[in-house]
Amino acid sequence: MRLTLGPVLFHWGPQVWRDFYFRIADEAPVDAVVVGEVVCSKRAPFYGDVFPDVIERLAAAGKDVILASLALATLPRERRQMAELAGNGLFMVEANDVACLQHLAKRPHAIGPLVNVYNEATAAFFARQGARRICLPPELPLQSIAAIAQSEPNVLTEVFAFGNVPLAISARCYHARLHKLAKDNCRFVCGNDPDGLAVDTLDGERFLAINGVQTLSHTCASLLGDIPDLAAAGVGALRLSPQLCDMAAVALVFRDVMDGACEAGHGHELLAAVYPEARFTNGFARGMAGAEYV
Amino acid sequence: MELVCPAGTPAALRAAIGAGADAVYCGFSDETNARNFPGLNFSREEMGESIAYAHAEKAKVLVAINTFPRAGATAIWRRAVDDAVDLGADALIVADIGLLDYVARTHPHQRLHLSVQAAAANPDSIQFYVDNFAVRRVVLPRVLSVAEIAAINLDASCETEVFVFGGLCVMAEGRCSLSSYATGQSPNMHGVCSPASHVSYRQEGDALVSRLGDFTINRFAADEPAPYPTLCKGRFSTKSGSGYIFEDPASLDAAALLPALRDAGVTALKIEGRQRSRAYIEGVVRAFREALEALDSGRPIVTSGLARMTEGQTTTSGAYRKSWR
Amino acid sequence: MLRSRPPVAPPLVRLALAPLPLAPLQPLLALCLNAIVGRHPNLFDRLGAHAGKRIGLNPTDLPFSFVLVPRRARPAIRAVRRLPPDLDANISGPFAGLIGLIDGAYDGDALVFSRDLLVEGDMEAVLALRNAIDNAEIDFVGEAAASLGVLAGPAQVIVRALRRAHRSAPSSQRTTRRAWS
Repeated sequence: MRLTLGPVLFHWGPQVWRDFYFRIADEAPVDAVVVGEVVCSKRAPFYGDVFPDVIERLAAAGKDVILASLALATLPRERRQMAELAGNGLFMVEANDVACLQHLAKRPHAIGPLVNVYNEATAAFFARQGARRICLPPELPLQSIAAIAQSEPNVLTEVFAFGNVPLAISARCYHARLHKLAKDNCRFVCGNDPDGLAVDTLDGERFLAINGVQTLSHTCASLLGDIPDLAAAGVGALRLSPQLCDMAAVALVFRDVMDGACEAGHGHELLAAVYPEARFTNGFARGMAGAEYV
Repeated sequence: MELVCPAGTPAALRAAIGAGADAVYCGFSDETNARNFPGLNFSREEMGESIAYAHAEKAKVLVAINTFPRAGATAIWRRAVDDAVDLGADALIVADIGLLDYVARTHPHQRLHLSVQAAAANPDSIQFYVDNFAVRRVVLPRVLSVAEIAAINLDASCETEVFVFGGLCVMAEGRCSLSSYATGQSPNMHGVCSPASHVSYRQEGDALVSRLGDFTINRFAADEPAPYPTLCKGRFSTKSGSGYIFEDPASLDAAALLPALRDAGVTALKIEGRQRSRAYIEGVVRAFREALEALDSGRPIVTSGLARMTEGQTTTSGAYRKSWR
Repeated sequence: MLRSRPPVAPPLVRLALAPLPLAPLQPLLALCLNAIVGRHPNLFDRLGAHAGKRIGLNPTDLPFSFVLVPRRARPAIRAVRRLPPDLDANISGPFAGLIGLIDGAYDGDALVFSRDLLVEGDMEAVLALRNAIDNAEIDFVGEAAASLGVLAGPAQVIVRALRRAHRSAPSSQRTTRRAWS
């Protein structure tokens, strides 16, 4: 099984972002790295200057570089951005919105976790269109994962295995709304919460996290203990989604458990030490509420 | 503009048609449709009778098969498609790409509408579905402004249908796993959002507390309305403030925007609420039929009294006005 | 015509009904239920697994309540002074609202949102029952009254009077609901 580092979903700012990827290039045992702004098109200009350096560094380190598309395009500017991305000609593109597929058909591409692939028929359609990799929606249970992975052996089936789970995307910016700002004049307040803004129940229980127009789980998915089942299901890659912790260390733990160099139980302890704020869950993969952990 | 109305039961279908619906949308009583609620929806026999009734009344029936088929069990959804075609459905409302592909290949003459659950929010997405599956109409997600809808209609090579009244999804439809995160049951896979099986109300002193699964969704003072604990319309707290973080429990009411939607080139207007009673459907459909007649004859549009029927007992024009974002 | 909120029976009705014994009510209730079920046999198809559940109906403006068991084989309804604690679900609200749910004069969801009705317990069972009844298009007053034979006249008068009660008691809704909660 391979390891993929998913795109940074939060607004970290160009300096932190670049340093993060440089360290990934140098130290993280991941095979592929997905780079690009998925959540909000307004953030993208911040990263324009450092983007080429990051891609170059990752490619030089031998990582497969995949460029991620935006998840929800409504503005003409966003559509143009998507078309340009699809036409880059150098790197594989991961579609996170069906709109992007309109530009990618018949060329090798990847399908991101925010495109709905719930069954083998949809996977087969995408495979005929040129999809080489499909990262499945995080809410899929193991049975569905297995049915899809086994029906498309020529497509690399990837599963969301670490990180706050992306649960929803909206046209409305919750960060702006919370700060009583208009979305068009948001002052990029989402940048103040580089690991998402915790949303608690009125009883003070941790529940969700908001990240601009995106809503994530407050808990952190960890399928570390599910690796044997995922491998048996035919899963070809696990996706680690960047959080505010040492992601190179996270990748190392996953790599060791996947290689049998470390037991899952011990790996879990290591993971908890790397990311002490996290409460881990694997409910979705186990066909339960996503907030559960078994 | 065509008025497309919901029906969760044959009685509601007759009520909708009686109140002036041009078309009624409904689904089979199983996980193939996105309102898979207890006691709701149509058996094969009821669907056949209802389609016959509707056709006799010169109304259309659109059959929603708009959940995402479970891997390894796609036959259930394909059978729903085949049966709906056999029963004479005027159109199928489908969201899943694999299932759209099946309809396009197996029933190439069947009229296909793209469900809102596919959340095709821009001309490129819409063109993808038109090019690949010959979709004739797209139900637009509730994330677009009227100006964006107008722009889509300039570009799109198919009809558009927009929601004008009822429950409002704050998130892009079909791209939300909030419900399954809390309950294990999702709109995409099970056809339910914040399902009744996981809902409870509890009196805590003077407050009424609504819960979904293990999570408190809202707390109401004695005199407050108590809308259903749909997850995205709950009250939550953050370090930067508490309250309705995602959306107030208001319902969409775009009656005042009917002239703008007509000018934007919209083909059909949709009322949400297959899970609601026939009393609700009758009332709302009649109000919109009257509003459309007023629009056609240049009279002012009045739809008062509908707010009481809605969840938060208040309404919003939602994303249709850009400031909503 | 769609009504938005149910009337609440004036306190006088409650007082007048309070001393009445429940026993004579029982055969009348059974007659009504059997008549309705006989006319709408498909009601149970929609209830599915919820058909055996015990559901309390609590008219907050009347001095008694009902326990409904919507079984296909032997449906039952019983009048009680106080609802037993072990029911699957309870629906509470003005009598006119409860009747209006049955004959489609009111939208149940709206009554719950506005808190004219309070639902507790098994929400799924209540939803299934609501949907089954909504589809059955029951003319409650007409059908129930018809089943009562010679008593039809007086029964209809009473129910219709309760329905109209809001004209004389427009503002008592809040107090009634509070009394329950």
